[in-house]
Amino acid sequence: MSTIKSAPPAALPLRFATPIGGVAGTSFKPEHLPAILEAKNRRGFFEVHAENYMGAGGPPHRALEAIRRDHPLSLHGVCMSIGGPRPLDKAHLARFRSLVARYQPALVSEHLAWSTHETSFFNDLLPLPYTAATLACVCDHIDQVQEATRRPLLLENPSTYLAFRESSMRETEFIRAVAERTGCGLLLDVNNVFISATNHGYSALDYLADFPLSRVEEIHLAGHAEQADDEGDLLLIDSHDGPVTDAVWKLYEIVIRRRGPVPTLIEWDSKIPDWPVLQAEAAAAQAILDRHHSAVPAGERHAA
Amino acid sequence: MPPEPGLCFAASFAPALLDPARSTPELVTGPNGKAADRRYDVYRNNVTVSLIDALAAIYPAVQRITGTDFFRAMARFHVRSNPPTSPLLFEYGRDFPEFIEAYEHAQDMPWLADVARLERAWLDAYHAADAAPLSPARLSAVTPEHLADLVFIPHPAARCLRSDYAAVTIFAANRDNAPVMRIDASTPEDALITRGEFDVAVRRLPPGGAVFARHLLSGRPLGEAAAAALEAASEFDIAANIAGLIEAGAFTSLCCGDPS
Repeated sequence: MSTIKSAPPAALPLRFATPIGGVAGTSFKPEHLPAILEAKNRRGFFEVHAENYMGAGGPPHRALEAIRRDHPLSLHGVCMSIGGPRPLDKAHLARFRSLVARYQPALVSEHLAWSTHETSFFNDLLPLPYTAATLACVCDHIDQVQEATRRPLLLENPSTYLAFRESSMRETEFIRAVAERTGCGLLLDVNNVFISATNHGYSALDYLADFPLSRVEEIHLAGHAEQADDEGDLLLIDSHDGPVTDAVWKLYEIVIRRRGPVPTLIEWDSKIPDWPVLQAEAAAAQAILDRHHSAVPAGERHAA
Repeated sequence: MPPEPGLCFAASFAPALLDPARSTPELVTGPNGKAADRRYDVYRNNVTVSLIDALAAIYPAVQRITGTDFFRAMARFHVRSNPPTSPLLFEYGRDFPEFIEAYEHAQDMPWLADVARLERAWLDAYHAADAAPLSPARLSAVTPEHLADLVFIPHPAARCLRSDYAAVTIFAANRDNAPVMRIDASTPEDALITRGEFDVAVRRLPPGGAVFARHLLSGRPLGEAAAAALEAASEFDIAANIAGLIEAGAFTSLCCGDPS
């Protein structure tokens, strides 16, 4: 029979599988691979969308192996439908588990959202009502993911454009309950906080004050776009197609001052710039992380 | 099994996402009594545009040939009638070539569906499992009396497609942005698609080559494959074709017929 050429899980070096601290990273885009490999000893980490690496073999795995050899990795799931009412897709969960085992990421995350209903996959992070029933369902799904991967999952707060009439809890209240019941960690997307606060007319600072910061193990920063709602008021769109805005940088620094440095990712998924532009965004986040290097992490205060 | 009470939101939220004739679902609202139509439209737009983008990423040559506006209009129909069933977008669009074949505005491009089939095969080869290709030395080591019974194990990425049109030439000319010369679309062409460690390669097969490759890729013995190829094209060159297939990485291994 043929020899399988791809490296088996154990053959990969397992460096950087442990917590990585206050480091800034970027989305990994294959077009940046040559530039990334050229720069030696770069500080930072890379995040990939898990689904892009769920093919059997080929160039995507060659690229990810090359990246993983010298950098910590964050595996970010986009399609698990943790927030959906249907049972999790067992085949998808198995693929997710194999990726975690193969690439030993430092961070593993998914979204508080859903994207599949019945047989259709909608390729978008769709919103859910915050009720006792959805809370039980989300917790059950997270339990299954954590059982499969044998490690805590980081759950990301969504950006939303509308609300459900039936919601009976605030988003922060819902997320706090999920974290307490399942023991999962949180991925705080500061851009999403800013977008949702604008779109729903509440204060981003109030949201952050109510958010269980001590459970935050990763932060996302990204750019957004502007549209208008039915009344002509500003409606922000989570577009990931440009630089982080000044308002989001300010919120980020407030979060880091209170939480202490945690791995921070610059997300840039469309209209992708040249590598130096993306790297400069990460450097800006790193400067803020370094400035608060001595801050006592909120989590450690609680643990003490 | 219907979802439990309190978990019906997805069933109410989802149907209008890909159906512009449906109105905004009743269960959603803007803040402080604001309307939710344009807000819900953000989700409709995200879903539709991202799935059209997914088809454009899988079928770049088709898009270059038709132009962006034509392609996106055609893809929009397809996305609405055949949304993906897998969360893996690189699996999407398997039925797009048949859709193109039946699409009324593409009837004057009868070769377009075959170009799409080549692009779909290209992506399948790209994501196929890794395997070391067969070394040419393995064939040299086989004694002549065993040649006719040889059976080849196909590489997971290897595929062979046949077209009544010049689909390979049209595909190759439109996968990048180089200027396209005039192509006589009426010449039938056959393609071999393979992948080494990194790059997918699409080769045009000589007369008889596709019959030969298809026999071998489906596990028929070399003697039978050669006879079928010679029947299809009397000028068929067995030695050149088997060497070409091995060099392209179409196989991973070989064994001497009779599996018992």
